[in-house]
Amino acid sequence: MEAFGLLLHGFAVLLTWKTLALMMVGLVLGIFVGVLPGLGGPNGVAILLPLTFTMDPTSAIVMLSCIYWGALFGGAITSILFNIPGEAWSVATTFDGYPMAQQGKAAEALTAAFTSSFIGSLVAVLLITFLAPMISSFALKFGPPEFFAVYLLTFCSFVGLGREAKHKTVISMSLGLLLAGVGMDTVSGQLRMTFGSSELLRGINFLVAVIGLFGISEILLTMEERLALRGHAASISLRVVLSVWKDLPKYWVTLLRSSFIGCWLGITPGGAIAASFMGYNLAKRFSKDPESFGKGRIEGVFAPETAAHASGTAALLPMLALGIPGSGTAAILLGGLMVWGLNPGPLLFVEHKDFVWGLIASMYLGNVVGLVLVLTTVPIFASILRVPFAAVAPMIVVSCAIGAYAIQNAMFDIWLMLGFGVVGYVFKKIGIPLAPFTLALVLGNRAEDAFRLSMIGSGGDLKVFWSNSLVGSITTLAIVLLFWPAIEKVARRIL
Amino acid sequence: MSQTDLEIVVDDPTAPEENSPSVTSSGTVEIIVCLLLLALAAILGYDNWRTGASWDSTGPEAGYFPFYLSIVLAGGSLYGLIAALVARRGAAETFVTRAQARRVMAMFVPTLLFCLATQFLGLYVASFLLIAGFMRAIGKIALWKSLLTAFLFTAIMFVTFDIAFDVIMPKGPLEAAFGY
Repeated sequence: MEAFGLLLHGFAVLLTWKTLALMMVGLVLGIFVGVLPGLGGPNGVAILLPLTFTMDPTSAIVMLSCIYWGALFGGAITSILFNIPGEAWSVATTFDGYPMAQQGKAAEALTAAFTSSFIGSLVAVLLITFLAPMISSFALKFGPPEFFAVYLLTFCSFVGLGREAKHKTVISMSLGLLLAGVGMDTVSGQLRMTFGSSELLRGINFLVAVIGLFGISEILLTMEERLALRGHAASISLRVVLSVWKDLPKYWVTLLRSSFIGCWLGITPGGAIAASFMGYNLAKRFSKDPESFGKGRIEGVFAPETAAHASGTAALLPMLALGIPGSGTAAILLGGLMVWGLNPGPLLFVEHKDFVWGLIASMYLGNVVGLVLVLTTVPIFASILRVPFAAVAPMIVVSCAIGAYAIQNAMFDIWLMLGFGVVGYVFKKIGIPLAPFTLALVLGNRAEDAFRLSMIGSGGDLKVFWSNSLVGSITTLAIVLLFWPAIEKVARRIL
Repeated sequence: MSQTDLEIVVDDPTAPEENSPSVTSSGTVEIIVCLLLLALAAILGYDNWRTGASWDSTGPEAGYFPFYLSIVLAGGSLYGLIAALVARRGAAETFVTRAQARRVMAMFVPTLLFCLATQFLGLYVASFLLIAGFMRAIGKIALWKSLLTAFLFTAIMFVTFDIAFDVIMPKGPLEAAFGY
């Protein structure tokens, strides 16, 4: 039970007035970006990241992760009250959440959403608490070939298991890996792909790209749509909360099933979107009365919300233990770690105990505080939607610019952000996924270094990736996943 | 029972019309993007080949990894190009309608001007101009409200970043006049 002692230590790190205050600020900001149209989890975290640049890493990660929890909670508010999913993973919540609001049961639906989010995250955090230290201590034995194999596995599973057209995932990923290589080569010190420009010497900063890809492009996309909205205002009374909570044990199977799906899809790069739909569909399939789904059934809120949040939280597990993010937001948090001078990977658990356990403790505390906060303040946040988009949009643009500039104090980065905004807008419209790009950009240099170090070690022999059973099985699994759709097709024909 | 008698209604007077004609189809844009990516792959591939994309005594050279990635990118784009050309004969999906394009431009052009203004006037002046101008011109919000919102937001940003968190933003002549 070493983890338990360390977790208690984590709580001790957290329980200062300053950290608690930052936690509240993070949650409020997070719910704010979750509710606002055109913003959400990854965008909010990316835009607000510069606020943390001068903080110590522990305070910074506590605030950022709370922004993330807040954004997850906030997405449910607009889904249920306005039938507008703030995020793709909230789409399934609208199926039964909005009908409930129309029937005058908005408060019940919101309570159900917040509570199940809380349960989903809690299960995932428990998993992180006990599994992450084990995985990271195992990964301490990894050398460059093992690390390269794990990176390869991540990239291949994105291509093989992703829902998008394969060539589009490949385009997005190779572009990200290429752009990660711009600037000075870390092994030989040579300049690459800079074309004589002194601005490109620094390389293309991951966070600048993310702010453009997610922030600016999202604003452009939101402008395209009709922004008029009509929805319900709701406040939650203690009586409603208690009555929903009293019924919770009835739905334990749904909650547990969704938590499990969420954790699984969060650790593998399936993501929260797939998790929420799968959670919803399975709840419907196993229900005695599947016809009543979509007409305002509380289980239809429990199932997707639990899965989405379990997945969103579980995505942090591979990031903490191995330095490999399981989602776009986790990738941005990883970028944050590097800005604060931490080196993500298994050594984090050894060298920065305060940081890691502070973060894990903040997941527990942040979720409890977040739950109480959203339950009590829904009316205020729902009314944020009254603020005209014409006022919100330019403010978001300014925040993005501040974020992009602050990373390296470079005006060039503001232009780069604008460029990535346009790229993100076009890519989203023609269905080129942005998550593989983000992942590739943040992992590119590390993957390349691992590859080249392995090659230097083995004298250029590619067999090093099959030199022992561990690295061999990871590499083989990666290749199997890359060709998974084809293998599946062949297997179906034979069986 | 819960209290849902209150309704929140927000109108969007400048919303894009539903029946606006299409400017271009997704297929066309896909073709253009694939061509651009092919060109990019060619340029980057050439540059990496020049840097050295083979093996030397220590292992792969600096251009090795990115060189092969440019080939992967080129392969993906080529596949995308052919797929888009083949699919073109089918139903053309709208990339953007004229009304939508107008709205996107109404956001993009001010953002572009804001970046330019930041370069010459500093971020805070540019921010004030963008917010006030956008609210007034695009959102048709009362002038005093626009000016006040822009001023307050910019002031809060200045205090938060430049003073409280020590994150220094680009400045222009106005800040210089005040001694910052």
